[in-house]
Amino acid sequence: MAMKKYSPVLALVICVIILQAIASLAGREYYLTQLTMSAYYCLVILGLTVLMGYTGQISLGHAAFFAMGGYTTAVMTTRNLIEMQGSAAVDLAVRLGLTVTEKNAYGVEILHLSPWVSLVTAVCLTAAVAFFIGIPILKLKGHYLAMATLGFGIIIYRIVLGSRIFGEADGISDIPQFALAGGLAVSGDPALRVQNYYIAAVLVVAGVVLLMNLVDSRVGRALRSIHGSEEAANAMGVNVARYKLLVFVLSAVFACIAGVFLTHFNGGVGPSEADVMKSVSYLAIVAVGGMANLWGALVMGILLNYLSLRGYFGSYDEFVFGSILIVIMLFFPNGLLKMENFRWLSDAAARVINSYRARGGEGKDGLS
Amino acid sequence: MSFEQLLQYALSGITNGSIYAIVAIGFNIIYNTTGIINFAQGEFLMLGGMTAISLSSFMPLPLAILAAVVITSFAGALIDFLFIRRLKSPSVLGMVIVTVGLSIVIREIALHIWDEKVRSLPYFTGNEISSINIMGAFISPQVLWVIGVSSVIVVFLGVFFKFTLTGRSMRACASNITAARLCGINARNMVTISFMLSAGIGALAGCVVSPITQTQYDCGTSLAIKGFTVAILGGLGNSTGAVVGGIVIGLLEAFSISVLPLAYKDAVAIAILLIILFVRPSGLLGKKEAAGLKEF
Amino acid sequence: MGFLELKNMSRSFGGLRAVDDVSFEVAKHQIKAVIGPNGAGKTTLFNLITGSLVCDSGEARINDVPIQNLPPHRIARRGISRTFQNIKLFSHMTVVENVMVGRHIRSRAGFLPAMLRLPGARREERAIRERSLEILSVMGIAELADQDATSLPFGTQRIVEIARALATEPELLLLDEPAAGLNIYETARVSEMITKIRERGVTVLVIEHDMSLIMNISDEIVVLSSGKKIAEGVPADIQKNEEVIRVYLGEDDA
Repeated sequence: MAMKKYSPVLALVICVIILQAIASLAGREYYLTQLTMSAYYCLVILGLTVLMGYTGQISLGHAAFFAMGGYTTAVMTTRNLIEMQGSAAVDLAVRLGLTVTEKNAYGVEILHLSPWVSLVTAVCLTAAVAFFIGIPILKLKGHYLAMATLGFGIIIYRIVLGSRIFGEADGISDIPQFALAGGLAVSGDPALRVQNYYIAAVLVVAGVVLLMNLVDSRVGRALRSIHGSEEAANAMGVNVARYKLLVFVLSAVFACIAGVFLTHFNGGVGPSEADVMKSVSYLAIVAVGGMANLWGALVMGILLNYLSLRGYFGSYDEFVFGSILIVIMLFFPNGLLKMENFRWLSDAAARVINSYRARGGEGKDGLS
Repeated sequence: MSFEQLLQYALSGITNGSIYAIVAIGFNIIYNTTGIINFAQGEFLMLGGMTAISLSSFMPLPLAILAAVVITSFAGALIDFLFIRRLKSPSVLGMVIVTVGLSIVIREIALHIWDEKVRSLPYFTGNEISSINIMGAFISPQVLWVIGVSSVIVVFLGVFFKFTLTGRSMRACASNITAARLCGINARNMVTISFMLSAGIGALAGCVVSPITQTQYDCGTSLAIKGFTVAILGGLGNSTGAVVGGIVIGLLEAFSISVLPLAYKDAVAIAILLIILFVRPSGLLGKKEAAGLKEF
Repeated sequence: MGFLELKNMSRSFGGLRAVDDVSFEVAKHQIKAVIGPNGAGKTTLFNLITGSLVCDSGEARINDVPIQNLPPHRIARRGISRTFQNIKLFSHMTVVENVMVGRHIRSRAGFLPAMLRLPGARREERAIRERSLEILSVMGIAELADQDATSLPFGTQRIVEIARALATEPELLLLDEPAAGLNIYETARVSEMITKIRERGVTVLVIEHDMSLIMNISDEIVVLSSGKKIAEGVPADIQKNEEVIRVYLGEDDA
């Protein structure tokens, strides 16, 4: 049972390794950069899958949570504290090991807050915002919920775009690396490409395992029951409002963590990360992945983000995601990666197997 | 603030507000016959404006606007034929997703036809610098066009829904689709007409505001969200409410500029939207019971 | 004193008084039926008891503790479970998963233990599954455990819904037209099932239009008409009650 359940995870791990091996052997490690970025975006998509696919609550504002993660860490770690050394707060932070000292590209000494501090801050901040905005928002349903989350997303976008502290239209750049532990660091340095690929992969595998467990648990069933019928779920003792809120916060935290890591990986963050179009593309990927299907979302998330990041869609990028939404809803409302869409494949396989068996059977007859 | 300034702000608020009201009425028309919130509503304004701008280079302005309205109406009908009709057992989630997809696709097509350049129709009368003095406040004659055309649209729709057979049939579909069908009304066609009507008045609104706000391929989204704010404020499906709501939002937005940085202008309308949704989702003029009865 | 006590419960929608000053009691281990013509306010009454609707006035007590206007999930925790007139099974979930949702209030694992599959959560998960399968086999539908619940035939869906309600281990079970849309064999099965449920110590309050079923199984009957209680008593008395006959058959025939 457990083996069968986790075999896709094993397959995923093998795929991760094979992809890296191919890229490295072919001398094309730069492909890993976009794969790494796609992996981080997949964290957002996985969280959104649980919120939207399993719990049935639409969000057109998840890019905002991603941006909150990215901008929080960007603002906190790009502030050079060297002139402020001597002030009680900075000294205390240094003594507690909450800061990092390094030289920037021009050889200037920099003292900044540790990304660990900003990660924790970003997660707490995002969780708090998601919690407080979620209380009123999740009381809404259908169109109202969609518009409210869209509105929330636009407000965050406007704030990011209109505030000096967030760099307005330019965003924030020169973000230092995020030294994890044991010499590992999240950074866009080409020399660290392979290890960054694996850092992202580990996060995604961890994310998918955690959410798989969640979906197939008491809590997961409660969430899915909300999707099925809120009234019946309530009558069975499921605190619908609470579970909706918690899963909203959970998916926001996934987006936020992705934002923090990708920002350190890219070394910068811009307002386009908060754009509504980003939220819509996440939504499109969840839909094309089959809504309530973590694996579908993951596969589609990697594929579409990768193609988009490598520029295969050219200037038709948004057009592609918009069309995906329409085509999926019109022709494959249960997702593209559903078994029924591959029935012809399994039918063909069955035919081959049957004919093989038939021949095998003849052989046996011959023996007896 | 002097009286003249006050009047200036108020007039600019009413101008924007009447456009928002038209967008909101566009939402309402489709919502009433289908229960769909058409997230691509703002794109109709953009399409109308852009088409008229292109056509105006080789035909007189009134003709270009007329042609743009007709073309956009047909685009609306096409959307219904190609997409909305094909939705099998549509869930609310599905309808939201399809119309969001449509809005993006339309916007991107517009981007590839008309590129990123900001364009505008010429002023209907006078030019950028001509202005009319109304009790000390200076306004462009185009403002009067906007307010005038909006009023005409509202009156036209009022007459249409009250006195024409088609209009009445559409209202019948809105109040009880099964009963309407039993009376021999072709509900499917009513949906098509509602899309055409909604697209057509959207296009007209897009043309009249173009000289003031200018038209760009992506100008639809912010208009749509403000139109939706207005529709919600006035009570979804309620056109009188939309007019009142539009003017309220327009005024609030206009006066907010004197307090807040311009960059946050859009955020004001949206913040109002969120507050309304949280406090009273049925809107100011909407009936609470009615909002509760519609299945979401 | 009754196990469930309703005192002067009222609820209106606009001008319509859907439930109008209704009071009655349900004794422990009783099967009590609520009958009445369409629109009499039976389902509204159920929705008031289970908290799906807020009542305008009146009181509902279970074991002498007031429950009116608590949110539905809190009322479920007080030992009240229900089925729905128009079956509300959870789509995209199997039969056993549907029943497992019924175990929600009898288990505790939260987000973190579930995501990390902590030993406690795993133990609990096993227990939930075992208990749910047990309930399915008691109801005689164990072989359907892994089928998609909403694609089952109508009659079977009703049984799954009852199984789901029973999984909460309720003290009081509210059944909203459990035999509606069923053929006579299925109805007989449901009737047998309801008696069996009572034998297991569950109090049952049932809304039903099938009179033979009601007269067979119920200990007492409450009759509602236009939101008001017009009669209450044992089946034999109700059958003879002139007011009831008038309501059901119309003035002239009485």
